[in-house]
Amino acid sequence: MATLQLKQITKSFDDTHVIKGIDLEVNDKEFVVFVGPSGCGKSTLMRMIAGLESATSGDIVIDGQRINDVGPADRGLAMVFQSYALYPHMTVEDNMGFSMRLAKVPKEQRRQKVLEAAQILQLEPLLDRKPKALSGGQRQRVAIGRAIVRNPSIFLFDEPLSNLDAALRVQMRIELARLHEELDATMIYVTHDQIEAMTMADKIVVLHDGEVEQVGSPMELYHHPCNRFVAGFIGSPKMNFLEVGLERTHAEGVEIRLPGGGTCSVPADGSELAVDSALELGVRPEHLLLDDQGPLEGEIQVLERLGGQTSLYVQMGELMVTIMADGDVAHRVHDKVRFGFEPERAHLFDASGLALPSLHQHPLARLTRRDNRVASDADSL
Amino acid sequence: MPGMTGFAGLENYRYLFTDPALWSAMGTTLLLVGWVLAITVVGGTLLAVLFQQEFAGRGIARVLAISPFFVMPTVSALVWKNMMMHPSNGVLSWVAESFGLPAVDWFSSLPLTSIIIIVAWQWLPFALLILLTAMQSLDEDQVEAARMDGAGPVAIFFFITLPHLKRAISVVIMIEMIFLLTIFAEIFVTTSGGPGLATTNLAYLIYIRALLDFDVGMASAGGVIAIILANIVAIFLVRMVAKNLED
Amino acid sequence: MTTSRTKQPGSETAAIPLAARPSLLASPGIRKLGLAVLGWTIACVIFFPIFWMVLTGFKTEAAAIADPSLIFSPTLESYQAVQDRSGYARYALNSVAVAFGSTLLALVIAIPSAYSMAFLPTKRTKGTLLWMLSTKMLPSVGVLVPIYLIFRDVGLLDTRTGLIIVYTLMNLPIVVWMLYTFFKDMPKDILEAGRMDGASTLQEVLFLLMPLTLPGIASTGLLSVILSWNEAFWSLNLTSSNAAPLTAYIASFSSPEGLFWAKLSAASTMAIAPILVLGWMTQKQMVRGLTFGAVK
Repeated sequence: MATLQLKQITKSFDDTHVIKGIDLEVNDKEFVVFVGPSGCGKSTLMRMIAGLESATSGDIVIDGQRINDVGPADRGLAMVFQSYALYPHMTVEDNMGFSMRLAKVPKEQRRQKVLEAAQILQLEPLLDRKPKALSGGQRQRVAIGRAIVRNPSIFLFDEPLSNLDAALRVQMRIELARLHEELDATMIYVTHDQIEAMTMADKIVVLHDGEVEQVGSPMELYHHPCNRFVAGFIGSPKMNFLEVGLERTHAEGVEIRLPGGGTCSVPADGSELAVDSALELGVRPEHLLLDDQGPLEGEIQVLERLGGQTSLYVQMGELMVTIMADGDVAHRVHDKVRFGFEPERAHLFDASGLALPSLHQHPLARLTRRDNRVASDADSL
Repeated sequence: MPGMTGFAGLENYRYLFTDPALWSAMGTTLLLVGWVLAITVVGGTLLAVLFQQEFAGRGIARVLAISPFFVMPTVSALVWKNMMMHPSNGVLSWVAESFGLPAVDWFSSLPLTSIIIIVAWQWLPFALLILLTAMQSLDEDQVEAARMDGAGPVAIFFFITLPHLKRAISVVIMIEMIFLLTIFAEIFVTTSGGPGLATTNLAYLIYIRALLDFDVGMASAGGVIAIILANIVAIFLVRMVAKNLED
Repeated sequence: MTTSRTKQPGSETAAIPLAARPSLLASPGIRKLGLAVLGWTIACVIFFPIFWMVLTGFKTEAAAIADPSLIFSPTLESYQAVQDRSGYARYALNSVAVAFGSTLLALVIAIPSAYSMAFLPTKRTKGTLLWMLSTKMLPSVGVLVPIYLIFRDVGLLDTRTGLIIVYTLMNLPIVVWMLYTFFKDMPKDILEAGRMDGASTLQEVLFLLMPLTLPGIASTGLLSVILSWNEAFWSLNLTSSNAAPLTAYIASFSSPEGLFWAKLSAASTMAIAPILVLGWMTQKQMVRGLTFGAVK
């Protein structure tokens, strides 16, 4: 059992407010990812949970106990650092056993626990090596092993994959997801990479300028971003934003006037909108469809063929729009193309950047990674 | 001389400032510092460029060249005084004679020059050591880019190497200044400040007043002057180091 | 080809002679040989006084003042004489005691200070460090009189303890600074990982910081030893017979009656040899320490 609550946490360095009052609930065995651009405060938040940084105000509560004044080693947490922070002068075994050595655990017992962890991570053949003699991925695993050995109630990962190359990152991502299932522990994970967030999280916390923008499952954030920042941050390539005019609002949604003159009705709740509100339409590149009858038109400036997919960068007046199209599209640079979108896939943002609530709940929006698992378990039965 | 007991007010300072020895010592100090700085910085830069080049046995040559820095000042002063610059038996006069030149009595005819040579010999390796290290952090790509742009060795030195060394050179100047302002042992064992006051710098003057004349008040006043002088240098050094801390 | 090109005068821009230079480099063999000759000549000239001193130490007194010559029959009699007559060992012992004593003391004080400054900085840390540095610039001669008077009154004149105290104070700013520079370079993460693993501050310093910065601590210590060993101002002024280290002993050769070159050379060689070797070994780290990290 390990739950974590943050209550009105703030952190200031001198006059800069890095964290501006964060409330958060992490449930038992949950994989929570803090994601946000650099400087958003995600690492600071994690370091406060770890106890490496003190909170300026607010409560940090683990399993119902306020632990603001408890030292980092006594919070029952383990942390995997971005740089791995292995002790360079110790062997892998000593690295993993250091916490137990400090706690005066007998040698035999120490070795036993290290071996167990090493087995999980396939580190047995490396136990006598020094970190210098390990590859990046192996160091990463030792750092994780060092955390496992402590048997923590909550694992903290501070951008653990950012020092690995792309291929290894994919592999470690899978390994971490597997580890989460195997250890059945609560994990908090910091990253600036929204792909890592999307692939691993049960719950994503999007941070921006020291504040929580949105908390939700990956699919929820993808399909129902609550504001323009989250919409732009989650999803790759980035969502396209177009300024549109408000035609009228009605029970089934909001009718908007598109650049180029067409109109379209988006199923969103526009009841709060004033008559002449400025609106922004957001459509993800993968939801823009090439269509000779489509309401939008532009000229292709750049064309990136990835094989299975083709990215089109289309000039629409002042605006550059990205379209993810099929790999087989025959267009060339400087072709004029028409395109459109399904209204249910579109998002509307008001002048303050807030999303108009969608009238259609996406069927997968409540899905978490855990649900994926349960479903597959059920299939195998 | 101020009264021997009681509070003297500014009397010591007044007396000090009217002491012609003070101004002579200040002049000597500045000459010594200025010349040694000039020799070591220019020489050190050139030597650093030389020892940066690849040649057989470079490592050993480097080690030989930086060695004087580790020699204790009393030893180097005595070696120079007795074995290098001795008017009749020194190596320098022997060299001069074998070229048919008259031997020079270094310490009586060129006392300050002799001190400058000794001190520069000790500090040239320091400049070389620092500048050579700084040189090794010069980005090879930069040099190659310059070469692609058509720069020859001389142009590379002036447009790439020297700007790169700027910071290291200022460090050398500042640190040497701190130590050079208080040169003592070299004068103590060679000329004892003479002949006359020819090689008496501020440090040595204070020493004379304090421990030879037992004029503690005046020596202390001199000490304060020395501290003020050094602090002027220190302000610059501290500023520079502070800037370095920012990075 | 080179000559025909460089001969063209006037109308050419400066770029031409520069462009022609690479053809000078076309014979790397000759260029390398020239560099080697030049480099070695200069290195030997600079090193010559030390070389000559070592050589003279193996001569007889008569040979030492004779015309300079590389050919002589080497003898150890000067070394023998230095040992027997002047109690060289006592001075050397003083030097060792004072240099290592002050270094040890300085490290014991400086390691905790540098630790807190590097890893637990406050707003005033930088200012404190710079202030410490500025005390290093205080010319020793400025405080000679007060220190002399204090030492006389408390009976520290001409004692090893007195010299150790002065040297510790003299080197402390530089030692703290160097350690700070080295500690600063150590990834903070590792200490934090240690803290997460349950290490106390003392354990952090003993098990992680010190083993990991050992090369830095060692070279800091060595620099402190070198500075103390070579220090002449305080040793000349605060000691006379009991606690006089080698610097003072060597200085005594400056008096006219002490003009025994071979013995002077032998004694000097013994005095500088250990430090010279230490200096060679630690030159690289010393640069960083001496320039407070400005030059790496």
